[in-house]
Amino acid sequence: MSLSSEAPATLPRFTPAERWTHRILGLLLGILIVTAALLFIPDLGGLVGNRQIVRVIHEIAGFAVLIPLVVAAFFRAFREDAGRLNRFRPSDWEWLRSRDRRSGRIRVGKFNAGQKLNAAFTLGAIIVMLLTGSMMFFSSHFSDSLRTGATFVHDWLALAFVVVVCGHIYMAFNDSTARLGMRRGTVPVAWAQREHRAWADEQLGVQPEPIAPADPLLTGDGGDPFE
Amino acid sequence: MAPKELDVGTPVGRRIVLGMVGLGAVGVLAGRWLSQGVSEVVASTAPGLASVIPAAGGFRIYTVTSGYPETDLASYRLSVTGRVGKQLSLSMADLAALPQTSMTKDFQCVTGWRVQDVPWSGVKLSDVLAAAEVESGATALSFTSFDGAYTESLTMDQGTRPDVLVATAMYGKPIEVKHGAPVRLIVAPMYGYKSIKWLSGIDVTNTVVPGYWEDRGYDVDAWVGKSNGRIDEPVV
Repeated sequence: MSLSSEAPATLPRFTPAERWTHRILGLLLGILIVTAALLFIPDLGGLVGNRQIVRVIHEIAGFAVLIPLVVAAFFRAFREDAGRLNRFRPSDWEWLRSRDRRSGRIRVGKFNAGQKLNAAFTLGAIIVMLLTGSMMFFSSHFSDSLRTGATFVHDWLALAFVVVVCGHIYMAFNDSTARLGMRRGTVPVAWAQREHRAWADEQLGVQPEPIAPADPLLTGDGGDPFE
Repeated sequence: MAPKELDVGTPVGRRIVLGMVGLGAVGVLAGRWLSQGVSEVVASTAPGLASVIPAAGGFRIYTVTSGYPETDLASYRLSVTGRVGKQLSLSMADLAALPQTSMTKDFQCVTGWRVQDVPWSGVKLSDVLAAAEVESGATALSFTSFDGAYTESLTMDQGTRPDVLVATAMYGKPIEVKHGAPVRLIVAPMYGYKSIKWLSGIDVTNTVVPGYWEDRGYDVDAWVGKSNGRIDEPVV
C-alpha cells in the first residue's frame, strides 16, 4: 500500500452497537429459521417431534426480534446507516444494471445497491412476518379467512426470506474482509477504496476528482459533491 | 459530521418496506383464495411438491411426542376391547381379511389447512366393530395410539358412519410412519385431530372420554365447519 504514514490503515465501519445488533438479530433469525423448518417440513419435524416446545421457541424468538431493532434505533450510528441504506442514488441503479459492478468504476457509497435491497427486504420481511405471526399467535381474534391468509403469507414469505438470507451469507462467505468489518468493526482502507470508493473518500476527507457527469443535480454519481 | 449521503437520493428502501407491508396485507385478505389456487395449481402440475412444501397444499405433520413411534408390521396388533361379545387382537393380515373399503376425502385441519382429495383404504370402523360383536347398549368408543400419549373418542353413532375408516393405505400405498403407520383412524367429516394416528386400541364403552386435543381446548364433536368456531366447507 502506498499510503503516507499518517493515513490510517483501517477505517471504522460498524460501531459495537451495530455489530451486536447484527449478531443478536442474526441469532434470533437463525433460531426462527431452524424452528420454522422443524414445524414446516414433515420429515425434519419428525426427527425432533415435541412440536409444542418447538412452537413456543419459535414464538418467543419471533417476538424477541423486536428487541434488538428497537434498542438499535437509540444509537445514532445505526440510524445513520439505516438512512444510507434507505436512499438510492442514480449510481445505485447503474450499479444494479451494470455487468462490471465489481470493477470499482461506479463509486459505491458505504453500501452497495445489493446491500440496500437486502436490508430493505429483510426489514420488510421482518415486519410482515411479525404481523402475520402475531395474527397466528392471537388467532382467536381473527376470522378463519384472515387466519388462513396470514398463514399463507407467513409460509411463502418464509421461503423467500430463507433464500435471501442464504444469498446474504453466500456474499459474506466470499468476502472475508467484509466479514471482518462486521466482526471487528474496522476494514482496511484498500478494501474500502475498492468496494466502497465514495465512502472511503468521504472517510479519508478526499475530494473526489471532478469527473462530473452531465446532470449536476445530486446525481450522487462520480463527482457527488457531498462525498 | 453526519454524511450528506443520508439525505440524497430517493427513499427506495422505505418504499420497498411499505410495498411489502401492503402486499402482505393483500395476501392476508386474499390468502384464503390464493392458497386454494396455489394448492390446485401444484396438485395439477407438480403433485410431489406438496409433500415437501406444506404451503403448496400438503399435510403438516403433528406428533404429540418426540419423534415418530415405530412398529413392525409383523408384531402389530389392533385390540378391540370393552363392551364386545368377542375381544379382538387384529394383525395386519386379520385387517386385510375384513371387507375392504376405499374413499377419497378432503383432509381438513382445525388450524386451517386442507388437503384435497386424499384416497384412503382400509376397513370401515363399523365392520371392525361388527366383527367384535359390540353389545347393543354400548354408546361410546375410546381410541389409543401406541405413541403412548394420543387418545381420541367418538360416540357410537359417529363411529359407525360409513365415512369413518380404520385406514391401512393412503394414496394407494401403505400409510407412512409420519401419517400414522401402519394403521390410523380416518374420521372424514371431522377435523383432523379426531383421526388418531398410530392406532393400537379401540375400547367400547358407555362414556365419551375427551381425547388428547380435546383436553387442550378443542371440541369433542369436531364436525368440519360446525365446531371449534370455524366455518370451513364440510367434508362430504
